[in-house]
Amino acid sequence: MAATLVAARIQRNWLQRLSVIDIFLWAFRLAVLAAVVVGTFRTLYSGRYAGEVWLDFVVFGVSQGSVYALIALGYTMVYGILRMINFAHGDIFMCGAYTAYYAAGALYRAGVFNRQPLLSLAIILAVAVTASTSVALLVERVAYRPLRRAPRLVPLISAIGASFFIEYAVRGLYGSGFQAYPEFEVFKGKWNVFGIGILRTQAVVIVATLILMGLLYLFVMRTKTGTAMRAVSEDMEVAALMGINVDRIIVITFAVGAAAAGAAGVLYALVFKQVHFFMGFYPGIKAFTAAVLGGIGNIPGAMLGGLFLGLFESVGPILVLDGLGIVAPYQLKDVIAFTMLVMVLIFRPSGILGERLAGKKA
Amino acid sequence: MTLLDVENLHVYYGQIHALKGITLHVDPGEIVTLIGANGAGKSTTLKTISGLLRPREGRITLSGQDLAALPAHEVVAKGVVQVPEGRRIFGQLTVHENLSMGAYTRTERDGIDGDLERIFTLFPRLKERRAQVAGTLSGGEQQMLAIGRALMSQPKVLLLDEPSMGLAPVLVEQIFETITGINQLGTTVLLVEQNAYMALQIAQRGYVLQTGEIALSGSAKDLQANVEVRKAYLGG
Ligand SMILES: Nc1ncnc2c1ncn2[C@@H]1O[C@H](COP(=O)(O)OP(=O)(O)OP(=O)(O)O)[C@@H](O)[C@H]1O
Ligand SMILES: [Mg+2]
Repeated sequence: MAATLVAARIQRNWLQRLSVIDIFLWAFRLAVLAAVVVGTFRTLYSGRYAGEVWLDFVVFGVSQGSVYALIALGYTMVYGILRMINFAHGDIFMCGAYTAYYAAGALYRAGVFNRQPLLSLAIILAVAVTASTSVALLVERVAYRPLRRAPRLVPLISAIGASFFIEYAVRGLYGSGFQAYPEFEVFKGKWNVFGIGILRTQAVVIVATLILMGLLYLFVMRTKTGTAMRAVSEDMEVAALMGINVDRIIVITFAVGAAAAGAAGVLYALVFKQVHFFMGFYPGIKAFTAAVLGGIGNIPGAMLGGLFLGLFESVGPILVLDGLGIVAPYQLKDVIAFTMLVMVLIFRPSGILGERLAGKKA
Repeated sequence: MTLLDVENLHVYYGQIHALKGITLHVDPGEIVTLIGANGAGKSTTLKTISGLLRPREGRITLSGQDLAALPAHEVVAKGVVQVPEGRRIFGQLTVHENLSMGAYTRTERDGIDGDLERIFTLFPRLKERRAQVAGTLSGGEQQMLAIGRALMSQPKVLLLDEPSMGLAPVLVEQIFETITGINQLGTTVLLVEQNAYMALQIAQRGYVLQTGEIALSGSAKDLQANVEVRKAYLGG
């Protein structure tokens, strides 16, 4: 008897606390869930796509997600230390891809490109990484460091300014057209991996990303500088009290994030075979979404978030939207990505791995 | 010869005049305590010595070398390290990583490993938990880690900001014993405390800070006997 009374009271309190916004949010959640379930069910039930098609989409999603993940690392590492979103990061990625285009072109004309594909790829990567890193360090020095003690909105605005500056500087220097990237002959066609045909470029992207991620993880977790980075991201003041040169660690953080973005630029150009001054915008925002999805500030989170986003974006349209009877669902893949960003921000701002992190802190 | 010398230190937070001409010194091998009520400016003094805050006026020297112009990370390399108020260990790093960050300015592997062993003998609890994430340590263990971390830099002067804060009485006693032990091994200590009773027991000399000014100074014995100090800080 008493128990039911208590239960009733709790229920009433719960009902009282329920606001219009809550109801709306729940309705939103249910609507999205229903759309996903119904769409998926109808697509699978119709049997329109064979197993192979799914596989292609999954592989494409993973390779796309790898690129997002590499870019997302830069967002997340900088956020982890400065609590700032480096909105110029997508353009730093673009700078990497763009200089890689010139390096690739030079190698192509010299005839080295297809005779020594691995060497060429290594050279292109080195050039792209150098370019991205230089631009990032310049941006940090000019646009962010002077504002270190300013309110948080100020460096954000400065970042947007830096982003436009880089885009239009590249546009002014190299024109506004698409530039075609030369293709590696060896990376044309498919490889057979355990009886599964995988596009070679995508395989290269995935493998290169795995290697880079592994190296980065070792750097952050096992080296003295990596440990110092984690220390600075936890408590900048105490890190300085331990003798860590915080400015130097911040510079290294920007450099490492930019290097990953530069490498991502090369991989991206490998798949899409063209570069453009505005090409950093969407991958940049997608990677930012990936970083938020994984829990911003969390490095494994950025890796996971990138992969998830790439997969959802690639499989989502045909799996969910197609079943809902939407024509040409693939054109809506950006809608999926940004719906996810909004949903994560509303329902789980800490991201996939964010909560575990918070738990550790307590 | 004085080891750490602070002269006429003036520090501001914006318009707030937090330190109004502090002068104090610490001789080699001493434990000197700085006591005072909440908001007196004790932490501000230590932060300024450590280079986190810039004095508007005044001098800070270590064995005659100027410290006031150095950034915080270079002050550590000179031999002055601080255990900040509230411990502030790196909660997501392991115990071992925290200690290695204390040795950040050093490069000689052997020396670092030797100091690590010394700290593990001083605090056996930390040895058992060396691979554990530091945020999961108890309050007392975190304070040990904070002290151990600072010692890893091989300081000439150890600045301690309220090491006994928030600890159970048994642990407070233990922490003060540890500080005495560290001092006997040759590290000079400047100890900020609200627990004036304990602090004056282990210190040789003390300063009483009141709203940004040194109100009193003298040997620990004299301060313990002083009527005003007894009334204000020792509970009668
Ligand atoms: N960041 C800050 N901005 C403005 N004022 C500050 C700041 N930090 C400290 N103060 C002020 O400076 C004065 C001295 O503070 P301080 O932290 O040095 O005191 P304290 O003696 O360490 O006190 P407690 O025993 O509480 O730690 C106080 O009046 C405080 O309000
Ligand atoms: Mg204080």
